[in-house]
Amino acid sequence: MSKQTPSQTVGPFFHLDLPFEGGDVLVTANTKGERILLEGRVVDGDGEPLNDALIEIWQANAEGRYDHPEDAQEKQIDPEFHGWGRCPTSQDGVYRFQTVRPGPVPGPGNTLQAPHINVIVFARGMLRHLTTRVYFEGEALNADDPILARVTDTKRRETLIAKKQNGGSAVYRFDIVLQGANETVFFAA
Amino acid sequence: MIDPVPYKPEEEGVWPPTLFPPYTSTVKRAPRQPLVYIPQTLSEVTGPVYGHSKLAVDDHDLTKHHKGEPLGERIIVTGRVLGDDGCPVPNTLVEIWQCNAAGRYRHHGDQHDAPLDPNFSGGGRVLTDAQGNYKFITIKPGAYPWRNHQNAWRPAHIHFSLFGPAFVTRLVTQMFFPGDPLLALDPIMMSVPDPVARDRMICKFDIGLTKPEWALGYRHDIVLRGRNATPMEH
Ligand SMILES: [Fe+2]
Repeated sequence: MSKQTPSQTVGPFFHLDLPFEGGDVLVTANTKGERILLEGRVVDGDGEPLNDALIEIWQANAEGRYDHPEDAQEKQIDPEFHGWGRCPTSQDGVYRFQTVRPGPVPGPGNTLQAPHINVIVFARGMLRHLTTRVYFEGEALNADDPILARVTDTKRRETLIAKKQNGGSAVYRFDIVLQGANETVFFAA
Repeated sequence: MIDPVPYKPEEEGVWPPTLFPPYTSTVKRAPRQPLVYIPQTLSEVTGPVYGHSKLAVDDHDLTKHHKGEPLGERIIVTGRVLGDDGCPVPNTLVEIWQCNAAGRYRHHGDQHDAPLDPNFSGGGRVLTDAQGNYKFITIKPGAYPWRNHQNAWRPAHIHFSLFGPAFVTRLVTQMFFPGDPLLALDPIMMSVPDPVARDRMICKFDIGLTKPEWALGYRHDIVLRGRNATPMEH
């Protein structure tokens, strides 16, 4: 039987190939759902921003349906939304996606998962990528989310909640802290 | 309700740790809290699906991205993308990037005092076919120095990015070349605990793939997490 190939760092030079024009924009003029801006900063254990990280996101559409053959829910696919984005961080360590707020999706057993966006972090100095999830501040379904419930430390659970920004209509801030006091929760599945 | 069929776990000794002090950049970037284990839900067993529309005809041939031929040793790199269940992974995006034959990346951050090649950019992409096969034509990258430790050199390598069918099959890795004396000195490669797993990142020279009077052939299969056989019922 075949054996897995190891992960290696993306290194500092992935800009040669991976980022592409529009990778940070998941919506078109006709995408259904509430437009949101998801943004944040990626920082290391000293609080220094990473200007060489690459963030990828994967999410369901506004109804809570993934554009993937294994999502057998009766909800509709939105032909104007595929749910995947890629954004390199700026000199200040900032990433930003234009997307829609996803709907809830089924969880293990008969549970329901609160609206969330799946996140992968790549960077120089990371031999393997990290994964985390963005949940939304003020979302009632968060209370019963089976994945959030796995994070028993309530302070750490807060690192998974994107904060709605004042002023902006629907701007959510989600900083990614790789190490230290407010270290983001990272998952393995 | 039937839960999704999960992908197999990461194999023991294959995935590098987040913290590996010989690779100094890990020290400030590795989380200190343990990863939180979660079940594979619909979010983990789905992932982006690609169409052919985004790829140009010559995206897989890095020697054709400029007017002239790049300098260096022309090579063919081909192989299969599989799951560790042995099943091929069809129609999945494979992206590569690399330095030129002199060991220099076409990147503003690369300070190595080696020449750029006006005929080489170093980025390519291709979709696997129905049997999981991919093929690139490129030039053999050079070794290059880095500042990790005194007299540190990266062995010649090509960076690979792969998706596979799901969020949990995502993989970014590097492909190395056989017989390179720098391999044993490279903390990035040596971060992989199992020496047998390290060898799976080294491509194999193949005279059968080599095209007479044109290019050397290297075979390199890449294995992603595959699936368990049976669904779990609740
Ligand atoms: Fe490299």
